[in-house]
Amino acid sequence: MNLNDYYREMLEGEVIVSYKGAPSQPLFDGILSVADERLAVIEQKSKVRKKVYHIMIEALQNVYHHTQGEGVQKSESPETILFVLSKNAKGYEISTGNHIPTSLVATLQAHIERINQSSADEIKQLYREQLHGGEISVKGGAGLGIIDIARRSGEKLVYAFEDTDDNNSFFSLKVKVSA
Amino acid sequence: MENFFLEGTNKTPQLDFNSNEGRFLIAGRSIPENSIEFYKPLFEWLDNYINQAKSNTTLDVKLEYFNTSSSKCLVEIFRKLEALQQKNDNVLINWYYEEDDEDMQESGEDFQEIIDVKIVLNEMEEEE
Repeated sequence: MNLNDYYREMLEGEVIVSYKGAPSQPLFDGILSVADERLAVIEQKSKVRKKVYHIMIEALQNVYHHTQGEGVQKSESPETILFVLSKNAKGYEISTGNHIPTSLVATLQAHIERINQSSADEIKQLYREQLHGGEISVKGGAGLGIIDIARRSGEKLVYAFEDTDDNNSFFSLKVKVSA
Repeated sequence: MENFFLEGTNKTPQLDFNSNEGRFLIAGRSIPENSIEFYKPLFEWLDNYINQAKSNTTLDVKLEYFNTSSSKCLVEIFRKLEALQQKNDNVLINWYYEEDDEDMQESGEDFQEIIDVKIVLNEMEEEE
């Protein structure tokens, strides 16, 4: 699959915000503010609205950190990122796509698999352990981001990795929130 | 010592730390990309405060959103309050969450679990 195929797949349902292109901090701020305004109009339950918004913040910051000097090789299009927030009959879907160095794939995949195989209570414990023990890194994440996303979503994370060239892989993540 | 005050923005919280009254407030949104950079001056201020603290210190936390990197910084702040408590200061943390915001309530419970300072959870009625 190429990026356009991933993007097309993400665009299912009623699209609230979507983006394909180069990442930047002002862009992420813009996406968040547009989503915030739109959610305030279309989602009556503040609980759901907050959950979706919170997951968006965390998901975009994950993408941001991956695109910040994490060794992604500047070949053809590794700078392109994908972001889609959409709504369907069951609730909302937050999808992101970005390149990561292939060397990080195994660790990230093991991390997500561990989360996906854990119960809600185990995820809560995992979160607390990381919060309690994990060091603050300059990146700030300390592995908490994806645990936090999974915990709030309450659903399994849908993800994929695909090699794009010798050094990079494309990482796509879909998070569901029932409304 | 001087008070520590910082106006809130749409990505960073209001910080209002009054050293004379021992009354602290963190309110709003805490979602900066680099939370450590944002909170570092406060950490340093707190280190000084600990050395000349009053006998009572209360921190009110009224956050609408905070990202995971901020949660690590909150742990750091709470740990400093733990140190203060060990010096026989009465320390209290009030954790506020909006009605129905179970995620924010659970976050308060997370901190209760790992921090050795009294954290009181307070539900607020929604302002809508």
